Amino acid sequence: MTGDPDGRHATPPALAPVGDPAAEAGWVDAPPRMGFFTDTSVCIGCKACEVACKEWNGVPSAGLDLLGMSYDNTGALTANSWRHVAFVEQPRPAAAGSPAPAPTAGLGTAGSSSTAAGSTEFLGMPAAGPPGRTGSADGRSDFRWLMMSDVCKHCTQAGCLDVCPTGALFRTEFGTVVVQEDICNGCGYCVSACPYGVIDRRAGDGRAWKCTLCYDRIGAGLTPACAQACPTESIQYGPLDELRERAAARVATLHERGMPEARLYGHDPDDGVGGDGAFFLLLDEPEVYGLPPDPQVTTRDLPKMWRRAGLAALAMTAAAAAAFLGGKR
Amino acid sequence: MAEAHPVGFQWVMEAKRRGAKVFHVDPRFTRTSAVADAYLPIRAGTDIALLGGVVNYILANELDFREYVLAYTNAATIVSDDFVDAEDADGLFSGFDPATNSYVQDSWQYAGHERDSGSGRTAAERETAAGMHHESHGAPVAGQVDRDETLQHPRCVYQILKRHFARYTPEMVERVCGLPQERFLELARAWTENSGRERTGCLIYSVGWTQHTVGVQYIRTGAIIQLLLGNIGRPGGGVLALRGHASIQGSTDIPTLFNLLPGYLPMPHHARHPTFEAWVSHIRHPGQKGFWGNARAYATSLLKAYWGDAATPENDFCYGYLPRLTGDHGTYRQVLDMIDGKIRGYFLLGQNPAVGSAHGRAQRLGMANLDWLVVRDLFMIESATFWQRGPEVATGEIVPEQCRTEVFFLPAASHVEKEGTFTQTQRLLQWREKAVDPPADARSELWFFYHLGRKLREKLADSPLPRDRALLDLTWDYPTHGRYAEPDAEAVLREINGYDTATGRPLSAFTEARADGTTAVGCWIYTGVYADGVNQAARRRPGPEQDWVAAEWGWAWPANRRMLYNRASADPQGRPWSERKRYVWWDAESARWTGHDVPDFEVTKPPSYRPPAGATGPAGLAGDDPFVMQADGKGWLYAPSGVLDGPLPTHYEPAESPMRNPLYAQQANPTRKMYAHPVNPTNPSPPQEHSQVFPYVFTVSRLTEHHTAGGMSRTVAPLAELQPEMFVEVSPELAAVAGLNHLGWAHLVSARAVIEAKVLVTDRLVPLRVDGRVIHQLWLPYHFGFEGLVTGDSANDLFGITLDPNVLIQESKIGTCDVRPGRRPTGAALRDLVEDYRARAGIVPGTVPPAVTPGVRVEPGGPGGDGEGNG
Repeated sequence: MTGDPDGRHATPPALAPVGDPAAEAGWVDAPPRMGFFTDTSVCIGCKACEVACKEWNGVPSAGLDLLGMSYDNTGALTANSWRHVAFVEQPRPAAAGSPAPAPTAGLGTAGSSSTAAGSTEFLGMPAAGPPGRTGSADGRSDFRWLMMSDVCKHCTQAGCLDVCPTGALFRTEFGTVVVQEDICNGCGYCVSACPYGVIDRRAGDGRAWKCTLCYDRIGAGLTPACAQACPTESIQYGPLDELRERAAARVATLHERGMPEARLYGHDPDDGVGGDGAFFLLLDEPEVYGLPPDPQVTTRDLPKMWRRAGLAALAMTAAAAAAFLGGKR
Repeated sequence: MAEAHPVGFQWVMEAKRRGAKVFHVDPRFTRTSAVADAYLPIRAGTDIALLGGVVNYILANELDFREYVLAYTNAATIVSDDFVDAEDADGLFSGFDPATNSYVQDSWQYAGHERDSGSGRTAAERETAAGMHHESHGAPVAGQVDRDETLQHPRCVYQILKRHFARYTPEMVERVCGLPQERFLELARAWTENSGRERTGCLIYSVGWTQHTVGVQYIRTGAIIQLLLGNIGRPGGGVLALRGHASIQGSTDIPTLFNLLPGYLPMPHHARHPTFEAWVSHIRHPGQKGFWGNARAYATSLLKAYWGDAATPENDFCYGYLPRLTGDHGTYRQVLDMIDGKIRGYFLLGQNPAVGSAHGRAQRLGMANLDWLVVRDLFMIESATFWQRGPEVATGEIVPEQCRTEVFFLPAASHVEKEGTFTQTQRLLQWREKAVDPPADARSELWFFYHLGRKLREKLADSPLPRDRALLDLTWDYPTHGRYAEPDAEAVLREINGYDTATGRPLSAFTEARADGTTAVGCWIYTGVYADGVNQAARRRPGPEQDWVAAEWGWAWPANRRMLYNRASADPQGRPWSERKRYVWWDAESARWTGHDVPDFEVTKPPSYRPPAGATGPAGLAGDDPFVMQADGKGWLYAPSGVLDGPLPTHYEPAESPMRNPLYAQQANPTRKMYAHPVNPTNPSPPQEHSQVFPYVFTVSRLTEHHTAGGMSRTVAPLAELQPEMFVEVSPELAAVAGLNHLGWAHLVSARAVIEAKVLVTDRLVPLRVDGRVIHQLWLPYHFGFEGLVTGDSANDLFGITLDPNVLIQESKIGTCDVRPGRRPTGAALRDLVEDYRARAGIVPGTVPPAVTPGVRVEPGGPGGDGEGNG
């Protein structure tokens, strides 16, 4: 093992080595690894990606539920939603001297507003002047509405792939991870193995479903449906090397333009999953978007565990043998 | 724009990527605001105050593009002594006639032209939305006008404009719009700094801007700013309308409107245009300057296209066959007439007024009182099932067993299931191929009308009645193909383009149209789209293979000109204003206008040309008059005629507002079109009593996930699930005041209806402090109805019917309402609740609020103020 002492950047070589996952999976002369770069700084939340994905892949309806989570009525990546646009309303800070925050639970905007429960002099205004008047951080104009189209990360070290007992999940020649629905037996091991909570079993069907990075389209030289439909090039598809370069340049540009909060997520080959095939430019901490801050491939400790189990077994055997040998003595 | 036009918005994002700064002004924080550099919340309905503030900022700081303004606009023109500005009165201009609540425009005219130009009959013009005739050309002006090139004359347009907007200061903008003046100044600075010799700015609005009682004046204010900054007729400039559907531009060019014929020829009026001669004279204004002088050729060629060989000079080319207007036949007048039993049958094609039009209840009650109704749509929509499942069935106002309307529902082909053109906002026609066959019995509109006409003609073939000749003499000989005899869409395009009646040769330009009956042209402004017998709209030469103007992508009317008035992209001497903004210029060597685009000018008329005294038609315009469809060749900062509600935009409150007008004693547009009808009560506004019964402002618009009245989105699972329920957005502050809970129910009440919706409490809406008080605004999507996979009450039910006087478009972006927690009542209790609100608001059924606010003084209209004028 080459990992650092605390195991954060462990790279279990036995199961999913760093580098070219397609080659590692046995592909000879594989094409470059393909992936998504999703730039949330230009996402307009139109959800064309969700619709295009459903149309192309024949993904069934995820239900007709008003969730009250801003404009997000999809809720999460599931077996029936392979793209999911998250909407994060970041509230203005409560104005100084205003009463306690309003109970707007469910919006994800805790501490967002000032109300006057029980006050008879409430004028409906958080401050004396019009919003934004003060020019300070207290103004309502500091409100932000973040949008982000989430998708399967197509990890370099894919836990789902590692644990699949049937071989339904496989590594494609493009380095992506795809479920073969005619092989999946619905065991569900992959569901608990995904560090992002992406792959999911479909109710009434039982099998596991997720983004295929449009394996059928990219094999024919086409762009995946979501990236094709995206009007603002928030979702970019291409060779992962190129996307990483482009993303780094974009972050540098945003930093120059006074947006130090811009950062990449999932781009680092040294992270806990060996880097994602689908990575993101975010404008806040990953947790804000519902992403794990430090994802780890769930099979990371398997070799160590097996080694320990092996050692234990050896020790047991040795002890047992010793007992017999000792007995003879 | 990101909400309603996400695909077009990619170019805004592209500009932003290149460093552009995006401002977003909206009552609510939308997906556009989310990616804008600056979001400016505004009180709904105060856009003229905001834009007027920009005009004032430009003029007060002398930031206008002075050489452009002086040479190309009417800034220097002297206006009549008789003119009295609304600023010097209580908010009314001179010439107001209280008997008709309309203006006699004589006093608005240029000095010396008080009696010989302009339109005096604005009350009559309002009835037929005659302002729309000016979509392709300005109103007439006779002879030469007085000018003061120093712009110092107190009655020159420049000085009048300056005085008119002097009170629209940043402080006033804050007071009226609720927008902090620092934020406003940021916007005004950015707009002006990005305009001038080296830079241009483009103003793009969506049709929500038109849906106000002062909608035309909103756009006028925008146009004034663009003219002052030199942003018209130059690359990167302009005023563009993003339409609500594909080809709305096309459906005014070849209109689906009651008052227009193709190419903006006016529909004749029974009394004013008794003869062909009278009709044509009304269009071309003999003796006028400008390009509209050839109207006879366009009119004759249209009649030849309709009636072919039957149209002869002897019978005035069958002018007698054309239907005549008798007054207002706009969609809202018709609905009220349906309720009153005056209309028997109705065709609805791709329209869902039961959900999409203002005052849904009136729409449904009207359609329930017909003999027959034909609905052609992709899905079974509310306008086809209102008699069975509409809200009025629940309240007992419509009884399905007794509803007399027989509804015929005919499935229609979608845009991918038929061929044809879309005309977009740049006037660009783009041909669409058919991708798939329509399912089952679904057919194209072209198929429907062709075979409807064919069958009617067959049934009438032996008719001896003269009245049937109009139908029987029509040219109705389109070739068809396929199993269902689909007419050939290219054959229709060829007819629209026009052809030589003797040889059949397609015309190449509208200048080839003849007044003697030797040419037939379906829509003169489209002539050239089928030049050389080639479908020019189908051209798709890739961008990299041509220059940036891309003249070989599709075809733009007129004459494949991509930018109108592009003579203005050169200075008066014909040189580009700057290298960076070079577009069309005068080539002295070859003595022609040349450039990247088709010049919008007589190509050999030199910049130095000056018209001889008395010259008319195109010859009457000078070599530096770029606005060639305007009778004086100038861009109009001030409109002496053509706009019915004032020569200059003026802030009036919406027809329903909780606020008193902070600028004028006159509360709302005095010329707004109102209909006194028992079904159409209006919520009271100050200074009327009881306005507090409806204390909140609501505004409606679109969600990205749905399309208009929902017929194409609530019926489609992947879209329906993205926004599955009707909701209302409220600020946390209003939620506290009104007792609303997130994801709980609320109901909203107006004098017309009560609707219910789920509550979304969000910081995206803010209460505004306006003129010393707090205004709460609510927002609703207008997509929901009772059919489809996802259903809900219709926001448009809340609106009444009050219209812009120029174009008869309804005020359906702003109304007042009350909001209460919980679900609405049902059955008879629902009507009782609305009735109770009406009683508390003191509304007398069948009356309208006063047009002129009580106490406002009415200025005499000068010597011409006889209420009828001389138009």
